[in-house]
Amino acid sequence: MQLLKEQPHFNFMGKRKIAALFSIILVIISLASLVMKGLSFGIDFTGGTIIEIAYQEEADINKIKATLENKGYQESIVQTFGSIHDVLIRLPIIEGKDKAKLSNEVVAALQAVHDTPIDVRRAEFVGPQVGDELTEQGGLAMLYALIGILIYVSLRFEYRFAIGSVVALIHDVTITLGVFSVFQIEFDLTVLAALLAIIGYSLNDTIVVFDRIRETFLRQRKGSPVEIVNQALNDTLSRTLMTSVTTLLVVISLFIFGGEVIHDFSIALLLGIVIGTYSSIYIASNTVLAMGVSKADLLPPVRPEGHEIGEDGSQV
Amino acid sequence: MNQYPKWKNILIIALIVIGGIYALPNLYKSDDAIQITAKRQGKVDLDLVAKVEQILKTKTVDYKQAELENGQLIIRFSDEESQLKAQEALNVAKLDDYTIALNLAPTTPSWLAALGAKPMSLGLDLRGGVHLLIEVDMVSAEKKALESYASDLRDLFKKEKIRNKRIQISADKLNIGFRSIEHRDLADRKIRSQFNQLVVEVKEDDRTPTLIISLSEVAKREIHTFALQQNITTLRNRINELGVAEPIVQQQGESRIVVQLPGIRDSAGAKKLLGSTATLEFRLADYEHDAQDAENGQVPVGSKLYHDRDGRPVLLKKRVMLTGERIINAISTLDQQSGTPAVSITLDGKGAGQMSNATRDNIGNPMAVVYIESEIVNREVDGKTIKTSIEKPEVINVATIRAQLSKKFQITGLDSTAEAYDLALLLRAGALAAPIEIVEERTVGPSLGQDNIDQGFKSVVIGFIFVLIFMAIWYRVFGLVANLALAFNLVLIVALLSILQATLTLPGIAGIVLTVGMAVDANVLIFERIREELRVGNSPQASINAGYAKAFSTIADANITTVIAAIVLFGFGTGAIKGFAVTLIFGIATSMFTAIVGTRAIINLIYGKKRQPKLSI
Repeated sequence: MQLLKEQPHFNFMGKRKIAALFSIILVIISLASLVMKGLSFGIDFTGGTIIEIAYQEEADINKIKATLENKGYQESIVQTFGSIHDVLIRLPIIEGKDKAKLSNEVVAALQAVHDTPIDVRRAEFVGPQVGDELTEQGGLAMLYALIGILIYVSLRFEYRFAIGSVVALIHDVTITLGVFSVFQIEFDLTVLAALLAIIGYSLNDTIVVFDRIRETFLRQRKGSPVEIVNQALNDTLSRTLMTSVTTLLVVISLFIFGGEVIHDFSIALLLGIVIGTYSSIYIASNTVLAMGVSKADLLPPVRPEGHEIGEDGSQV
Repeated sequence: MNQYPKWKNILIIALIVIGGIYALPNLYKSDDAIQITAKRQGKVDLDLVAKVEQILKTKTVDYKQAELENGQLIIRFSDEESQLKAQEALNVAKLDDYTIALNLAPTTPSWLAALGAKPMSLGLDLRGGVHLLIEVDMVSAEKKALESYASDLRDLFKKEKIRNKRIQISADKLNIGFRSIEHRDLADRKIRSQFNQLVVEVKEDDRTPTLIISLSEVAKREIHTFALQQNITTLRNRINELGVAEPIVQQQGESRIVVQLPGIRDSAGAKKLLGSTATLEFRLADYEHDAQDAENGQVPVGSKLYHDRDGRPVLLKKRVMLTGERIINAISTLDQQSGTPAVSITLDGKGAGQMSNATRDNIGNPMAVVYIESEIVNREVDGKTIKTSIEKPEVINVATIRAQLSKKFQITGLDSTAEAYDLALLLRAGALAAPIEIVEERTVGPSLGQDNIDQGFKSVVIGFIFVLIFMAIWYRVFGLVANLALAFNLVLIVALLSILQATLTLPGIAGIVLTVGMAVDANVLIFERIREELRVGNSPQASINAGYAKAFSTIADANITTVIAAIVLFGFGTGAIKGFAVTLIFGIATSMFTAIVGTRAIINLIYGKKRQPKLSI
């Protein structure tokens, strides 16, 4: 089966100003939300305790809340988790209490007022210093990844392409973070991992498109840069869609069947793949065009004994 | 004509077979098992097997098999219930010389095991257990070292007849006042020549001639390394007493230790035992003064007031004879002369020297063993949280020195054999060189672990099937070939992870799922290129050739950039994220092979020999 029987001729770049406007609005909304609402950081970053408990019967949230308040854990948040039997309890770091023993105390207190045995499915405690370090390391990791990519793409292509790909990545990460901020979805360590995976994925997509743009520039004698980029985008369109669909299929499967623990992780990936696909068509290529790339920029430097352009259009 | 040379086909088949063999053990479900290992005098032999079998039979616990393996006894059960029942029965039976731990025993067939094929081990999030990140309090470690130097300096001043005032110990400095500038300068010279680990600073402006002494950077680093290593050793010993199969105790960073205890359900008990900051000190008792007077406020100079476990006051000399760090072995025993319970202690070389010096002049005098537990308390000072450790010393026993002691000696005067046993255990496991604090805990209960396995497995399988169907519809025969390659890719990832004995975690599974999605990309790129070539009107064989050739550099570029991101993830990440990054990197590597070389081999077999094949793409 073929999605596109005939070679498609969509005028992607014709709408590039609209796309740019659309992206700029999204980025502004994201940044505004990030500044005003911020991210709903999980305990991985803020420090604190979470306990997931399974009751044999339906869990009585109000009773659990009352028990915790009686015991002096006022700031606790209790919510159902996945099913009516499971509850998730979040506790901030409480001064003066032995933080590491908190989860055990809470479980003991809840068990004391409940007849059937309760099952502790998960108990996590992160100290404040660990949380701070993670936030710092997470930011640094993102930065290092971007720098590494910038260098590689500059070497393999040209600096405009490197900037184009990094602009696209920043665009993807900002909007994904923006969605997490607007909807206050919890941002934990797995989401951070997902963001880095998105960087990898979006980049993958962008590189494929760039490869084709370079090849088309070198192969085609006539045509404006806009036409050439359009041609390249059309050539790779069916691949771009195919890959997005297959990757989406597995991520959707993760989202539906992977369980509560990696729910947010899959949301981040889903968002990232959609945004990443869009950005490699509109943002990455757009940036390259905006910086005025031309055929001359892509010709390999002249060497004394002459040079070859690979059969596939790549420079060796 | 598109044909691979014979060696290339053989190589691919060989890789697939090898991959298959090493991935295979993962298909066999592990048995719930109990693992019995010997502590000290215990011996794992056929006698033990008979004894254990007898215990299980009398308690009517069903077990599948009891076998000796690498010096340990593994008892396999058909379900978790009988495993737990058996553990209970064995604990009641008090096999004191053995560690009894719950474990999962692989059921790898012997022919696979003979080839060295082993299943991947499961991470804590999949099998349940306790993960702790422990921070060693380096400030305390440094302070302790300073205190010990202070005592060395007192000896030096005595020997050199240097007259000094009180040695004040502040946070990270020793403050020593001298009677005159001459005394101070002599002390300065002596310290500089004899203690190169110390930094000496002359304080001029003070009225009393003063030296300020601090630790050099090198000394600090040594202290940190020592404290960390010593704590790791101690934690290992304690975990062995706890009975955990395959525990992990590892250094992380410069001041932290990761502890992983698979299968542990009681996280409170584990934390209490590991976090116990108990240290031991041997001190001479001050028998010349009355402890009751001291209790009322008249503590003699050079002595310090302690209390025993019942709260009775005990007066001890300030000087420490020996600390628990110097003990290399301790065994509970009976005193040969009196027949009362005793603990036989063996010291290391340095400790033996210290002990011999300290006891030579004190035969017949009482000596005390002080058990010190410290607790880290957070205090708010000027809006900042400051950690301080508070020591809670207890005199656990006072006994008479009978002779000059050195490497080996006994502590008597214990109330019962049980007390002797506990004391020996504590001494043997060793004290922590510096207090520790648990800064992160992740406990996964067994039920969630099983859910995670089921859900992870399910999502991989379903996602995989989705992709297979989609590819087959889209690219027909070529799609089926890609599917075959995808399956091999999965086998190769699992084989690689098994060979390297990597630990599979939930994020690891997510990584595998993601690579499945991305592995297809390479084939999509190739197949789209082939279609393009066909559309332009090239011959089928030329199209196949050009499709693979032209797509290669794109695939390589795209994958290398993804690997860069994955390597960064691996470099900064902790456990869970590392697992994700590792599977991603391996997945990309194997997918490059299967999606390019693997599919090409099959395509060549199908179409390679025909002149003008009709490509089903």
